[in-house]
Amino acid sequence: MSTTSGTVTLTSRQLARRRRRAARARAWRRFRQNRAGMAGLVVLTVVVLVALLAPVLAPADGLEVTHATGGVLDAPSGEYWLGTDANGRSVLTLLIWGARISLFVGLMATVISMLIGTLVGLTSGYFGGWPGAVLFRLTEWFLVIPFLPLAIVLASVLGRSLVNIVIVIGVTSWPGTALLIRSQVLSIKERPYIERSRALGAGHRHLIGRHLLPNVVPIVFANTTLTVAVAILSETTLSFLGLGDPTRVSWGSMLDDAYGVGAITTGSWWYFVPPGVCVVVVVLSFTLVGQALEEVLNPKLRQR
Amino acid sequence: MTLAAADPAAAAAEAGEPRRRGGGYRRYALGKVLGALGSLVFMLVVNFFLFRVLPGDPARTLGRGRLSTPEQIAEFNKTYGLDQPVLQQFLTFLDNTVHGDLGYSILYHRDVSEVLVERMWPTLLLVGTSTVLAALIGVWLGIRAGWDRASRFDRFTTGGSLTLYSMPEWWLGLLLIAAFAVGIGPLPGLFPTGGLHSVDADPSSLSGVLDTAWHLTLPVITLTLAYLADYALIMRGSLIDELRSDYLTTARAKGLRDALVRDRHAVPNALLPTTTVVALNFGFVVAGAITIETIFSIPGLGLLTTDALQVPDYWLLQGVFMLSSAAVITANLAANLLYGLLDPRVRT
Repeated sequence: MSTTSGTVTLTSRQLARRRRRAARARAWRRFRQNRAGMAGLVVLTVVVLVALLAPVLAPADGLEVTHATGGVLDAPSGEYWLGTDANGRSVLTLLIWGARISLFVGLMATVISMLIGTLVGLTSGYFGGWPGAVLFRLTEWFLVIPFLPLAIVLASVLGRSLVNIVIVIGVTSWPGTALLIRSQVLSIKERPYIERSRALGAGHRHLIGRHLLPNVVPIVFANTTLTVAVAILSETTLSFLGLGDPTRVSWGSMLDDAYGVGAITTGSWWYFVPPGVCVVVVVLSFTLVGQALEEVLNPKLRQR
Repeated sequence: MTLAAADPAAAAAEAGEPRRRGGGYRRYALGKVLGALGSLVFMLVVNFFLFRVLPGDPARTLGRGRLSTPEQIAEFNKTYGLDQPVLQQFLTFLDNTVHGDLGYSILYHRDVSEVLVERMWPTLLLVGTSTVLAALIGVWLGIRAGWDRASRFDRFTTGGSLTLYSMPEWWLGLLLIAAFAVGIGPLPGLFPTGGLHSVDADPSSLSGVLDTAWHLTLPVITLTLAYLADYALIMRGSLIDELRSDYLTTARAKGLRDALVRDRHAVPNALLPTTTVVALNFGFVVAGAITIETIFSIPGLGLLTTDALQVPDYWLLQGVFMLSSAAVITANLAANLLYGLLDPRVRT
């Protein structure tokens, strides 16, 4: 008896795995047909590679003010392709190293935001009743707190450091995800196969782990890429306002510095244009990839 | 119907009757008002704990570096009632806030509420103008793009909107300053680099008004472009949602011209979500202005925030935060009430 049921679960598991693999292949095929999404993916791959290879591409001591070799705000030349900053450092070096911090903050903040969002959304959607209602209200409240003032207040109270800026962006950007997941869970919860599973004696853990989470994950995935875009924008703005980590270079802190030394009035475009372009390109790429994923995973949007 | 909704006695008298349209809206509105009040209380609690409990020692954070001896700290704690139990402190805080006492700004040596009221007008002028412009242009773009989907116009609008959407709005402002205020190459600076008006201009005279308009041109263009992307994308999306509706087929079958089908049937329905978003965004007045006012040196609430941040003046920051949250909550409520009025389906 036990052996038969053992083989049955094994084959059903194998079946499920095969089915999932086929679904993934199908999704990838559809994603590849989306030109904008593919372009975004290619750009992101390049940027991530550059960020990872930063120590190889541009030696780290190019970041040290004391080891700077260039002049003050030199225009682009053969030696400094994108000119120098007010301290004589190569803007290109700063840009390459800035990619690391901007991407790191964007990704880590998104992880925090996703964890809180999924947890709150799942709990409030699945359990309902008064805890669900309270969590839902809490989500709505967080949604209406204006992001930038709250982030500014939090960042100024917590102090300036890399971890703090990740925390600030993470804990202020989860409500959208929570609402999305909640609505999804609410609709999945009512489907017949959940009722069947419950009738067969499935507990909360089984229902959540086996049925709800696998169904919610694709949406979380698409939402994640969109959240990264917002998180990178937030990092840039907070750094520009002087709330970032003062010891590290990010695209936002470069713009803050460029603004501070008057690069705009002196017309030193090479210092304030490239970081902004990088932010726009990366954020746009994340947005395009996110939209393409949404389209692939949500059949209703496909005809658009 | 709406007039009756404002009368609580009539509402109470009709509460027992079977649901009618007016009663449905009244219940919906009541729920939303209660929700907004809840948000307000929540916001106050967050505020209270954020500035008093979370940083650990308020005497240190609120009086940064200005209090050194134990006597001074004790004096500080007594002045601000910090020697009392937390609940008592919270009640005092509520009482003060309700009476408009938001504390004392150490940066300006004045009451925070006074400073806030004074700095509100430039922000309202800047953000109000931009929001109206952005809503008009954005909705128009969205309608044209959505109606001729996948046309060249649509691709251009959507691409442009997405790019604007991915751009920090203050960076766009910096580019505009560099191009049109500082000037590039042979192009001289056409607009001032910042400020609300020239030093010698009298703001109440005609030339003063023109001077202010000249100063506000670049910031308004920046904010308009930043908001516009949002509205164009939402309008386009909701118009596309309507495209396959049966009533449009009916309208076409009646022989209506394409433009009439669009303007009389599709657009009014598709405008609904956009209206809500516009109403909602009015609440983000302060939040949106922070960076733009900073780079254009416009003496509004946004610049006030960054100035307060430099000190840091916690009382002032808290005041700005409270004001901006209250604005968002109010705008949110207005958007919900408006939506319920326009679309009876949400009144459940």
